[in-house]
Amino acid sequence: MTPLVKKSWPKIKADFPIFYQKVNGQPLVFLDSTASTQKPQSVINAVKELYETYYANVHRGIYMLSEKSSEAYELVRQKVADFIHAPSASEVIFTRNATESINLVAYTWGRQNIAQGDVILLTEMEHHANLVPWQLLAKEKGARLSFIPITKDFRLDVAALDSLLVKQVKLVALTHMSNVLGTINPVKKIIKQVRKKVPQAVVLVDGAQSVPHFAVDMKDIDADFYAFSSHKMLGPTGVGVLYGKRELLERMPPFMTGGDMIAQVTYQDAQWNDLPWKFEAGTPNIAGTIGFGAAIDYLQAIGMDRIFSHEQDLTALAIKELSAIPGIVIYGPREVKDRGGAVAFSVSDIHPHDLASILDEQGIAVRAGHHCAQPLHEKLGVESTTRASFYLYNTESDVMSLVAALKKAKEIFNV
Amino acid sequence: MTFDMYRQIIIDHAKKPKNVGTVKQADGQAERNNPLCGDRIMISYRTDKTKKKLQEVKFDGAGCSIAKAAASILTEKVTGKSMAELKKYTDDDFIKDMGVPITPARRKCALLALETFRQAAHVEKDNHKH
Repeated sequence: MTPLVKKSWPKIKADFPIFYQKVNGQPLVFLDSTASTQKPQSVINAVKELYETYYANVHRGIYMLSEKSSEAYELVRQKVADFIHAPSASEVIFTRNATESINLVAYTWGRQNIAQGDVILLTEMEHHANLVPWQLLAKEKGARLSFIPITKDFRLDVAALDSLLVKQVKLVALTHMSNVLGTINPVKKIIKQVRKKVPQAVVLVDGAQSVPHFAVDMKDIDADFYAFSSHKMLGPTGVGVLYGKRELLERMPPFMTGGDMIAQVTYQDAQWNDLPWKFEAGTPNIAGTIGFGAAIDYLQAIGMDRIFSHEQDLTALAIKELSAIPGIVIYGPREVKDRGGAVAFSVSDIHPHDLASILDEQGIAVRAGHHCAQPLHEKLGVESTTRASFYLYNTESDVMSLVAALKKAKEIFNV
Repeated sequence: MTFDMYRQIIIDHAKKPKNVGTVKQADGQAERNNPLCGDRIMISYRTDKTKKKLQEVKFDGAGCSIAKAAASILTEKVTGKSMAELKKYTDDDFIKDMGVPITPARRKCALLALETFRQAAHVEKDNHKH
C-alpha cells in the first residue's frame, strides 16, 4: 500500500485531540493501544456530523435521512470488506466487538457442528475472548480442548501442529497476534496445514491485534472466520466485525433474533433475512459504525505498511533500551521479525500495579495485570506483567519517556 | 500524589510485612483475589476466651506493595478490637489508618485485605459511609 499522506509521526499525534492535555503536569504518553486506541479528530467529526446532519435509523424509513444514514452505514461495510480484502461485503457482519464475533460463532456454528468427542484446537497464547467461549461449548457438548504450545522464544510451536491435528479436530481457533507477547502467528501457513491434514476442520482467527496494525488479506489467509474490533483501530467502541465465508454463514442459524434480521414473520414462524443482516438483530451501532468508516479512511491515508514499519521501529528501540536496564525481563520475541508492538515485561520484583502507578505519576499510561490472558501468564510463571504497546501516534520520545520512568521506579523501590 | 502513596510506610510494610502466616486453630479464615491482576490474600484470625475480641490475626498471599502493606497494617490495626467495633470499621476508616493517600485506581488493592477479613469474620460491609 502506498502512503498517501506523508506526515511526520509527531504531526500524526497532533491529529488526536487527547494529546493536547497534560497528565499530572506531564504530556500524555499513551502506551496502552493494545487495550483500546485513541481517536483522531476525523473520527470524532464523522460521528458529530452524522448526529448533526443526517441521523436516522437504518434499513427502515422511506424518508431522505434514513436513506442517507442507511447508505453511509452500508458504505462502511464495503469499506471494511475492501480493507481486509474480503470477497464480498455480505460476508462482513457487524457485532459489538471481537468478543461478540467469536461468541457468535461459538453459539451458532459451534452448537450446530461440535459434538461429543470432537476436539477444539487453540493455542497457549489466547486472550480469554478466544478461550472461554470454547470452554463453555466443549463442556456443553462433551468436546475436548487442546492447545498448540509456545516455544522458549515465545513463538507458536508449529512443529507440534502435525501431531495435534488429529481427525477429531473440528475447529482451530487462534490469534493472529498475541496481545501479551506481541508474537505474530503464521496463520496462513497453519491454515494450509489444517486444510491438508483435517480438511473438515473450520478455522477461526482472532484478528483483534492484527487488523489495526498491519495489512490482512482474507483471500490470501483463507480463514473461515476472522474477528476484530473497531475501538482497537482508532474507531469508536461498540462496533466489531465478524468476517465469515459465505457457505458457512448461510448454513448457520441466527445468533440474536428480532428486528432487521428477518425476511418474513408470522405469529408462529419467521424466515431469516439475507446475509449479512441475518446476523444483525435490532438497531445497530449506527454512529459507531460511521466513525469506524472514518477510522479506516485515516489508517488507509497513512498506509498500513508504513504504520507497521513505524511500530516495528518503536518496538526495536523499546526492546533494546529495556534490555539494557538490569532486572527487566521481556516476555516476547527479541527480534522484531513477525512481531508487533505489544511489549510485556517485569521489573525486578516490583509488582506491575505498583509500577503502573509510578509510571502514571509521570504521565505514562501502561497496562498492568494479566491482560485477559491468565493461563498464558501461568505458563510464563508470573501472576501478572506490565505491558507497553505502540501505535501510529507514538514516537521515539514516548519510548524514551518510558525508559526514564522505569529507571525512576527502580530508584523509588530501591531495586 | 502517587509518590506520596509510596512513602516509606508502604515500602517498609511491603518489604517486611507483619503477622505473616496462618493462625493455628483459627476461628475464621478466608481467601480473596483481585481478578484484575490475580493477587490473592488469605486472612485467618483467632478471638480471645470471651469470643468477642480479636487476639491474633495473620495474612498470607501474593500481591502488589499496596495490597501487601494494607494486609500487614490491617493485622496490626484490628488485633485487640472487638467484633462489635469491627462491624463499624468502614473502608474509609481503614484507608485513614493506613496513613498514606491512596489513589482511586488503587483502592481495590488497598481494600483487598479488609474485604477478605470481613469474609472470614462474616462481617457485613457497613454501607453507610465508604
